[in-house]
Amino acid sequence: MTAPILSARDVRKSYGRGANRFDALKAVSLDIREGESIAIVGKSGSGKSTLMHVLALLDQPTDGTVELAGTDTRALSGAALNRARNQTFGFVFQQFFLTPNASVLENVMLPLKIAGVGRAERRRRALESLEQLELGDKAKNKAVNLSGGQKQRTVIARALVNRPRVIFADEPTGNLDTATGAVVEDILFDLNREHGITLIIVTHDEELAERCDRRVHIRDGLIVDVIENPTATKSADAESASEPEAAATAAERAA
Amino acid sequence: MRPADLVGAAAGNTFRSKTRTILTILAIFVGAFTLTITNGLGTGINRYIDDTVAAMGADDVMTVTKVAENATDDSDGPREYDPDAIVSEREGPPGTTNVVAPIGPAELDDLAGIDGVVRVQPVKSVDVDSIAHEGGTEYEIGIGGFVSGMRLQLAAGEQPDAAASGYEVVIPDAYLDVLGFDDADAAIDEPVTLAVTDAERTRHELEATVVGVAEASLGTTSSAVPNEALNDALFAAQSTGLDASQRDIYSQATVWFDPASTADEITALQDRLDDAGYDSTTVAERLGAFKSVIDGIVLVLNAFAIIALLAASFGIVNTLLMSVQERTREIGLMKAMGMGSGKVFGLFSLEAVFIGFLGSAIGAGLGMVVGSAISSVLGGRLLADLPGLTLIAFDPVSIVVIIVLVMGVAFLAGTLPAVRAARADPVESLRYE
Ligand SMILES: Nc1ncnc2c1ncn2[C@@H]1O[C@H](COP(=O)(O)OP(=O)(O)O)[C@@H](O)[C@H]1O
Ligand SMILES: [Mg+2]
Repeated sequence: MTAPILSARDVRKSYGRGANRFDALKAVSLDIREGESIAIVGKSGSGKSTLMHVLALLDQPTDGTVELAGTDTRALSGAALNRARNQTFGFVFQQFFLTPNASVLENVMLPLKIAGVGRAERRRRALESLEQLELGDKAKNKAVNLSGGQKQRTVIARALVNRPRVIFADEPTGNLDTATGAVVEDILFDLNREHGITLIIVTHDEELAERCDRRVHIRDGLIVDVIENPTATKSADAESASEPEAAATAAERAA
Repeated sequence: MRPADLVGAAAGNTFRSKTRTILTILAIFVGAFTLTITNGLGTGINRYIDDTVAAMGADDVMTVTKVAENATDDSDGPREYDPDAIVSEREGPPGTTNVVAPIGPAELDDLAGIDGVVRVQPVKSVDVDSIAHEGGTEYEIGIGGFVSGMRLQLAAGEQPDAAASGYEVVIPDAYLDVLGFDDADAAIDEPVTLAVTDAERTRHELEATVVGVAEASLGTTSSAVPNEALNDALFAAQSTGLDASQRDIYSQATVWFDPASTADEITALQDRLDDAGYDSTTVAERLGAFKSVIDGIVLVLNAFAIIALLAASFGIVNTLLMSVQERTREIGLMKAMGMGSGKVFGLFSLEAVFIGFLGSAIGAGLGMVVGSAISSVLGGRLLADLPGLTLIAFDPVSIVVIIVLVMGVAFLAGTLPAVRAARADPVESLRYE
């Protein structure tokens, strides 16, 4: 079987030093299979975002390794890490982080601009991405004039524009009302199902978590439980590719 | 990120906070504007001096005087009287010897034998009484020396022909009216009469043809300039009645050297002349003192402009620091999306450079417009006596230098905020709750 797209091995993350030292992650191991949807669930302050940042190669673990498709990321140069994040990952945050006075199109083109894609190609792909999220008619609008749901869809279009293999979503519906949140959730799961994009969702919303193939429960920097979801839309796939050992060890340690 | 996109993004970001950016640009504008004007002043005046150098004399000649036995510098205290010494009319920089020994045929031979001297000729200074046109009223006039290679600034006609045997003269334009000429062109080829009085108080009149009309300039304000033939004739007339030994005595000589000489070679020649007992002054030396005063003044003015620019550069630091502060999230996002720290640094320092460019380009542009306006207004009134002087002139090189300099200052000012942005930790800037 193929190597997991992302694999954390005994990842620790500490902040501060000496008496002020705080361990946000304590020996976390987790494999994420290509194409699955996984929820990282836990209370506020439990270390969900920290784990996501480490997996997304935004933050270096204090100890332990993160492998990207079998490659130890500690061996990668800064430029290679940047390229990996640009080409492989898409980000959706609770706060939209849109440039308010730039057009929707400009916002969506940003990752392509960073990647050094030419102007015409950039436009074409960004428009395509916006069409996919039914925002084609808003391309020229200023981001600031969009509704919350439109903003989050713009963010998803931006995350998609570089055709990533993994989308990281940190509380993607946290700032949206229930109805709009549901629409955004549907879009994310559609992308997962139809385009095979791996979905890593950080949330404290149990209902959202239940829609994922797997739920990883985290408490005080430790994985306490990993639940496979047999009723999830992708359950058949998930079972066949099941690899519960990492989760199991984590669960044992927590217990 | 492609370089063109980086520049585009930086330029775009500049105007996100319009008021702040405009105020910063205004501060830089003041500095660049001042620098443009002060520099233009230096360019204008020095260009005028350079033009005048040509009118004052060719650049391959120097004026030579013989140092008197008892010559001392003014600073050495009172000088002993020497009945044979000639008090030179030549003016020089402070400290030069004013009392000179006479130059006779022996000294001329002596000079001609010095290595590097191509030709030597005594300066036959002539004192004419008056000039008149076709028996009209006589007017006092001075006679300026003319050496081949010298170029007068002419309103009409041509330079006196050093080689011509006929008597030619260039008259200053101030004499046109009184001599009865309608304009400069009307005077060309007209005869004028020059009168000299010799040692025995006999009056001699010589007729010469006007070949040119000179515009007044620093060099030759109100003198008529004869060609060599006329000057020799005037000198001969003036010397009538003197015995041979007195006639061939001059206070100065003109020495020609190789026009291709380097500054070092000229200095070496001057040293050799010095060793032989002669004082020499090149045209460049005569103007050098004046030029260095101008350069000094311009330097002081430029220093003020630079101080204004330095003050403005703190404005850039402040503007960009605020910008970095406001855009922490955006910077974090771009870094999360794979933008390298170098590019982030580039983005912010380019923004600084762009602000610098706008300020300096507008400043230099407006400086040139205002400077040209000022100098044309002054040229018509205050400085009307100095035709040919453009008080504030601009040369493209120094304008480009100013703009590049300001952009450089802006870049330096931008480094602090840009480093801060480049160092920003994406995780820190993306954190919320
Ligand atoms: N830079 C930091 N310095 C110190 N402590 C931090 C820092 N970042 C996060 N933490 C702490 O780490 C813990 C986990 O944070 P986080 O992963 O953001 O939690 P969650 O996303 O689950 O709410 C929290 O207790 C938080 O206070
Ligand atoms: Mg969080």
